[in-house]
Amino acid sequence: MNRVVLGALLSHWRRHPLQLLTLVLGLALATALWSGVQAINAEARASYARAAGALGQGDLAQITGPEALMTRETFVALRRAGWLVTPVLEGPMTLGRAHFTLRGVDAMTAPAPAQGAMVATGKGGQKAETQGAADIAVPEGGVIFGAPETLLRLGGQSGLPPLRPLAGLRQGLLLTDMATAERLLGMQGWVSRFLLLADQPMGRPPLSSIAAGLKVTQKPSGNDLARLTASFHLNLTAFGLLSFAVGLFIVHGAIGLAFEQRRAGLRSLRAIGVPLGRLILLSLGELLVIAAVAGLIGTLLGYLIAGLLLPDVAATLRGLYGADIAGTLKFRPGWVAAGLAMAIGGTLIAAAQALWRLARLPLLAGAHPRAWAQGGKRMLGVQAMAAAALVAGGGLFAALGGGLLAGFLSLGGILLGAALALPVILSLALGRAARGRSALAEWFWADTRQQLPGLSLALMALMLALSANVGVSTMVSSFRQTFTGYLDQRLASELYISARTPGESAALAAFVAPRVRAVLPIWSVPISIAGRQVQVYGLVDDPTYRDNWPVLRGAADGWDRLAAGRGVMINEQLGYRLGLAPGDMLRLAPDWSLPVVGIYSDYGNPEGQALVASPSLAARYPSAPRLRFGLRLARADIPALRRALTRDFGLPAENIIDQSALKASSLAVFERTFAVTGALNILTLAVAGFALMTSFLTLSDMRLPQLAPVWALGLTRRRLAWLELWRSLALAGFTMVLAVPVGLILAWVLLNVVNVMAFGWRLPMYLFPGEWLRLGGLAALAAALAGALPARRLARVAPARLLKVFADER
Amino acid sequence: MNVRRAILAALLAALLPCAGALAQGFGGLGSDAKGFMTPRRGHVLSFPRDDGAHPGFRIEWWYVTANLRGEDGRDYGVQWTLFRSALAPPGQDGKDGWAAPVIWMGNAALTTPQRQFSAERLARGKTGQAGAIARPFEVWIDEWRLAGRWPDLSLRASAPDFAYDLSLTQTGPRVLNGDKGYSVKSPEGQASYYYSYPFLSVRGVLRLPEGAVKVTGQAWIDREWSSQPLSEGQSGWDWISLHLADGSKLMGFQTRAAKGGTFTSATWIAPDGTATALPDGQLVMTPLDISRVAGRDIPTRWRVQLASRGLDVTIEALNRQSWMPMRLPYWEGPVSVSGSIGGAGYLEMTGYE
Repeated sequence: MNRVVLGALLSHWRRHPLQLLTLVLGLALATALWSGVQAINAEARASYARAAGALGQGDLAQITGPEALMTRETFVALRRAGWLVTPVLEGPMTLGRAHFTLRGVDAMTAPAPAQGAMVATGKGGQKAETQGAADIAVPEGGVIFGAPETLLRLGGQSGLPPLRPLAGLRQGLLLTDMATAERLLGMQGWVSRFLLLADQPMGRPPLSSIAAGLKVTQKPSGNDLARLTASFHLNLTAFGLLSFAVGLFIVHGAIGLAFEQRRAGLRSLRAIGVPLGRLILLSLGELLVIAAVAGLIGTLLGYLIAGLLLPDVAATLRGLYGADIAGTLKFRPGWVAAGLAMAIGGTLIAAAQALWRLARLPLLAGAHPRAWAQGGKRMLGVQAMAAAALVAGGGLFAALGGGLLAGFLSLGGILLGAALALPVILSLALGRAARGRSALAEWFWADTRQQLPGLSLALMALMLALSANVGVSTMVSSFRQTFTGYLDQRLASELYISARTPGESAALAAFVAPRVRAVLPIWSVPISIAGRQVQVYGLVDDPTYRDNWPVLRGAADGWDRLAAGRGVMINEQLGYRLGLAPGDMLRLAPDWSLPVVGIYSDYGNPEGQALVASPSLAARYPSAPRLRFGLRLARADIPALRRALTRDFGLPAENIIDQSALKASSLAVFERTFAVTGALNILTLAVAGFALMTSFLTLSDMRLPQLAPVWALGLTRRRLAWLELWRSLALAGFTMVLAVPVGLILAWVLLNVVNVMAFGWRLPMYLFPGEWLRLGGLAALAAALAGALPARRLARVAPARLLKVFADER
Repeated sequence: MNVRRAILAALLAALLPCAGALAQGFGGLGSDAKGFMTPRRGHVLSFPRDDGAHPGFRIEWWYVTANLRGEDGRDYGVQWTLFRSALAPPGQDGKDGWAAPVIWMGNAALTTPQRQFSAERLARGKTGQAGAIARPFEVWIDEWRLAGRWPDLSLRASAPDFAYDLSLTQTGPRVLNGDKGYSVKSPEGQASYYYSYPFLSVRGVLRLPEGAVKVTGQAWIDREWSSQPLSEGQSGWDWISLHLADGSKLMGFQTRAAKGGTFTSATWIAPDGTATALPDGQLVMTPLDISRVAGRDIPTRWRVQLASRGLDVTIEALNRQSWMPMRLPYWEGPVSVSGSIGGAGYLEMTGYE
């Protein structure tokens, strides 16, 4: 019997292949975007773990001293007292136009993973990549490791030890042996920090007996990259979920339609004695098979999408955080299982309503086909209330919630609420439009309104996609505008130069001083504040800062107090993190506290930063290297100074960077940063467009009985088809009009809540109506495409079929 | 000994810098010694100078083994080793600090009848993290240290799960192995400078996870340096140092050729310290019992015969699992001696794959 019943059930799909295609495609698309995003996230996380594990140094505590730099003698004293530490020497290196961080490590005392890799790696380092860790250079001139992209930027720099690629290293980081690092940085005998190995021998003396001021600082738990990028991945996940939800609308629509069309058949099956339980089970089985097939297709598609998007995501992460993730995708079985589970779970959710109705199908009721999901006024009322509740909840989260998750929950509430409200608002608007027009117009609007229940899900999906688009693009564009303005302020110096060694830097400063209006040293010391590293810059007193620095809030005499060594300015990120406002005290060292005299914007920097007077910093950290300078001079004098620097002083041309080049490269980083959001926007919109089309197709079959009388009254099929197309456009237009304010609310939440949580800075919001027009155009295009096929069908429907409506009327 | 340590040290020299040599296995020892000094027959050793480092040679080690008995009545064994391995001959470019082309490797072990504890340390260059000075005598890596004024030395090592702090007192003369310290390692003539301090009494404290144990016993220090101690084709060695009940001592080793066959060498040391070098073939070492250790078959009971001295004894490991799971793994542990005479000593074996 099962076979017969199953045959009867499946025959429906044979007669409606397009419906089956819709169902499978909808489900596959939903799964694809979701699992694609998951694949990207998994790949990125694996990359972070690899980077942290490359040296096995990810979670090690550190030993720090009273000074920013420590000496090799302290290292020996620690080791000889039985404190097993490994030294790290780190410093900035400028080669060509690019800045790098050169890190020297000691393979002999490094934690086991690095040592193991070192011993296991072949002579040519050819296995370095597969080992996934560093085979650190040992004496003999050394070798420098860098991520492949970093080495590409280095190009053919002469005078450097041999370069070897090592995937998983942070972008811009060059890894080498201690001896090589000392030589290249000109920092013989210095150590930046000590990492305390996990296993320590018995019976060590206290640190204080080894050298004064040494202390153990625990590393913040979790690795830096994972922490920094958490918000970005949450963002991606939110996008994935949004697409999944949009996809489920399609699935729900297709299943609902299939159920309505099979209602007669199902009733017949029941009438001839098929038990209800078996019918439900078989229907469920049928759905599960479809879900599994669609899920598989979806995961495959997702894999393709992830592969296509990964380079963009990699660029984004690199631009934002300097996180380097592999550009290629690995196949992870767990991820396929998760994709399938999502597909099946989603199908069950989408089918719940249909199965419920099947269970309650009255055996002997008339088999009147009726529009599926036909909602009455009561239904709209409930929906309106639900919408209001969701929006209110979202608002509440935005107002009261803390943390990134609250930000996203508030976004979700507002978006879903707005989507639910859409049919209510449309229904009201269409009701008004129908009044007092010509008979045809009145029919057109009334008929549109009549179709709303069937279209509302698809329209809600469109609404979600459109408002997400408006929101995200507003955020990105606001960010870009702010960032450009900020760069103009912040990069005020006309020329930036860097010395090769600390020894050269004094001579360089003396050389340029008589040739320019001002020499502004750019130097900093990393200081640990509240468990995280903060770069503290020493500023000389110069009008350049007063005139250009983008101070958001601060005392009027802030610059005077800073110059006098009686104040510190901090970036917005540090302010948010520590909850500091101007006037609060910031403790930079146990015996060094300064009042905050200003908070400035510092876009694009994920870490904390502070400014103090150069002499105060120099007094405390006399050994910190000072290599870079900003120069103020008339633009016309730049070429002459460049010549003097390269010819008379002998500074390599690549150590001189001009402002415009620096701006251009900063902007390029920014553009890459948001490359991925554009791609995701388009994809979500495409899914929504598809949802709309399936709904129209669904309705067009069922609407012949309503169209036949209008046709009989004299409207040609062609005219009717055009009206259908217009209807599609009108609905999309309405949706777009409603999506803009929702999108703007979304953008506001993104900029003022999510951004602050994720990056630590607040951004002003700018409006871009041109962007909305473009998006409106895209929505119209989607609607036109969605409406075109059903309209074409209508235009070509055989008059006999229309006549048949009257003949068959039951 | 000798060779065994030689191999370790030479491997280090060959491996650590360019890391690739591990794949060559023990063959790496056969690599040539260009630019380094090589031992010469007839060279007169000079003390205390030769207790310190010899930068002109590629490899060198300070090797301490001790057979100890605890207050608790149990037997213990202690090993302490520092290898020096030069990556380049000295004087080329006067590199200092991290850049100086030398690697130091320390191994320490504590053996009980049931357990084997071991640890390893590495250092490089001339930073002061590790080193060897003849006078005042001090050899160290990190907090591990062998130092003092002859005849009194102290020996220390510590690790997360064990530590020891021992006082050593020299009670008999230094012994030059081979021909006045010129010790031949293979039929092809590879050699090293090799001398020993076999007469050392020991007292001190062992720290184990269960607590501290006071111990007394006797120790043996080996000093050896060379630039190319093994010939190609030698696959490993078995080395012993025995303290016999009548006060005499025996140092002996055999190197095993990959193609089969052995090369043996030994020094018979009378209770008064008079040493007799015994050429290839006199010492006979025969495996009696094979144990499964770290996935390998390793002989942990041997018959040791020296016909010219009427010696025919069985040596047996205190702990058959005296495995040293180091970067270059080997077996090394205390043994008891029984047969024609009793005693205790140390056994080291490498090259059992």
